[in-house]
Amino acid sequence: MEILNALVVFANFVLIPATAYGAQLSLGALGVTLIYGVLRFSNFAHGDTMAFGTMVTVLLTWWLQSLGASLGPLPTALLALPVGIAVTALLVLGTDRAVYRFYRREKAKPVILVIVSMGVMFIMNGLVRFIIGPDDRSFADGERFIVTARDFKQMTGLDEGLAIRTTQGLTIVTAVIVVAALFWFLNRTRTGKSMRAFSDNEDLALLSGINPERVVAITWILVAALATIAGVLYGLDKSFKPFTYFQLLLPIFASAIVGGLGSPLGAIAGGFVIAFSEVTITYAWKKVLVYLMPENLEPTGLVQLLSTDYKFAVSFVILVIVLLFRPTGLFRGKSV
Amino acid sequence: MKKLLMATAATSLMAGAASAEEIKLGVLLGFTGPIESMAPAMGAGAELAIAEVSASGLLLGGTTVVPVRADSTCIDSAAATAAAERLITSDGVKGIVGAACSGVTGAVLANVAKPNGMVMISPSATSPALSDVEDDGLFFRTAPSDARQGAVMADILMENGIKTVALTYTNNDYGKGLASSFEGAFTDAGGTVTISAAHEDDKADYSAEVGALASAGGDLLVVAGYADRGGAGIVRAALDLGAFDTFHFPDGMVSDATTDKFGDEIDGSTGQLPGTDSPGAEKYAELVGDAFDATAIFSAESYDAAALILLAMQAAGSTDPQVYKDKVMDVVNAPGEPIYPGELAKALEILAAGGDVDYVGATAAEFIGGGESAGNYRVVKVEGGKFETIGYR
Repeated sequence: MEILNALVVFANFVLIPATAYGAQLSLGALGVTLIYGVLRFSNFAHGDTMAFGTMVTVLLTWWLQSLGASLGPLPTALLALPVGIAVTALLVLGTDRAVYRFYRREKAKPVILVIVSMGVMFIMNGLVRFIIGPDDRSFADGERFIVTARDFKQMTGLDEGLAIRTTQGLTIVTAVIVVAALFWFLNRTRTGKSMRAFSDNEDLALLSGINPERVVAITWILVAALATIAGVLYGLDKSFKPFTYFQLLLPIFASAIVGGLGSPLGAIAGGFVIAFSEVTITYAWKKVLVYLMPENLEPTGLVQLLSTDYKFAVSFVILVIVLLFRPTGLFRGKSV
Repeated sequence: MKKLLMATAATSLMAGAASAEEIKLGVLLGFTGPIESMAPAMGAGAELAIAEVSASGLLLGGTTVVPVRADSTCIDSAAATAAAERLITSDGVKGIVGAACSGVTGAVLANVAKPNGMVMISPSATSPALSDVEDDGLFFRTAPSDARQGAVMADILMENGIKTVALTYTNNDYGKGLASSFEGAFTDAGGTVTISAAHEDDKADYSAEVGALASAGGDLLVVAGYADRGGAGIVRAALDLGAFDTFHFPDGMVSDATTDKFGDEIDGSTGQLPGTDSPGAEKYAELVGDAFDATAIFSAESYDAAALILLAMQAAGSTDPQVYKDKVMDVVNAPGEPIYPGELAKALEILAAGGDVDYVGATAAEFIGGGESAGNYRVVKVEGGKFETIGYR
């Protein structure tokens, strides 16, 4: 019983939140890593691309809700998601045509593209705030819980409850599907293979007749899809607020770099490493330990390594450690 | 010309009255500066009490009282000190209603009032630091200290049989001050605060914060935050994760926004906010009529401050601050006949006859400690998804 209770507490406060958060970070980091692999620069506008895609989805969701459309227990936002992806794809393709293509033709250094992407970030930042405003927006509907803490206690007779929100379940399921589809696309289809070829060696790829503009366009569309899905899942699970998405940029980049920039597998691993580190280091372990330890060894303190205020600092520290000891990341991506 | 004549006549009348026995009372408030918008109603409140006493003709055998306004600026201690100095040395006031803000009040008290032995009753200085300042028994306030809510909150929880709580507060001066005063009071009363953790407002996700709070545990969670911001996020996450299902809410959380969001999910939770069921406030509003806004913040406190100085003089039979300072506590607290706004004449009569009064005034004034208002709080409980009043203290 004691061990079961400890497990439930661990799952409720660490495992489930960290897994859902890790899935959201992974999807974001995949987008960053794709841009880095194919277009060879760090896209600082990624957080705001997520915010833009989510904003479009939120507006559509509200419209659908006003029409009375619903998906039953699932959030209505899923219906609006494809349109959100399409609009975001148009935006990033437009940005590429208007901004990035010029620098690509110039063969500008990556660092210049990074600065350019910061400019794009500020413009998108303003665009999102201009359209939907800086406030917190809620657009989740449908069933809130798969299992509530109270029901779980009654079902199992344990002292501790376990809550799984619908959005957490949805996040994990969607992330698995999206990642599987992405890997299938990259490894099995002709277009995916040409993208990987372009990423590995641009000159060779051009010699073998791959159309670079097409590869770039497809990359942007994939990135728009990944960003919008990640943004909507995060917004459903937590809440939509433009500034939070801007702040997400740090853990997303940390995930991509920890995993190895340019490596899709690394992005996923990195996302979970960052999420689990943030949650486990700032969690107070007292409750779990009280169940596990014999009575005389029970901790009196909170057994919390860092206060929750330092959550974002954790991703910074991991980033620095990885860059110091393994600059190419865990999965041998490109060095930064 | 006619107007000028009238004005001259009026002035000479006043001058004539002034030549008789007359007491001057300083009204030292922040007429310019950050609280200049509150000051007019505060000054008017103090002067209303002064006029009421003057008109009764009962104070110390028929002396009249005139107010002398001075500007304490709220932030400029040098200017406030100079203004107070002027009131005492050149105007010869016998007591001061003021000052208005905590910082300048401390400066005036230390640099002017104490050296000159002058009584000050502030209507609006709320800093906890003024509770144990060296004042030679000269300083009082009709506004409660900010720390008071923490003590009241500890009492409520103790009486409900709550012995251990987890505490989270919004990371600013309000949250920190409230949290530390509560933690002190609750621990002194024999309770245990298992964790006192700050939360930032406007974050997307509070599950990590709630994780730490839940791990520390407690009979309930005290949320010293805001109903529209982080406080609501904490409550949402705590309910979702099944970490806590009853809460205690200080004033920042007791609002319809909280019950609208959570409804009967938080049934059984308690809270408190400033408020009183005393009829004093109503009587004050009647007395003021349309002259100014009686519900303006600290206006009622100003009326009470001026009234208390004058009643203390009557009780002591002297206008000497060194003599009447000891009577302030007797006048404001029980036992005695309760006195509401508009009944100052009755109070003066009772005191003149050697009787006892319990000044209730517009704010249900009751002094504790070194002479500051205990403050009045409405205690609420969530029942059926609504905040219901269950008592006052």
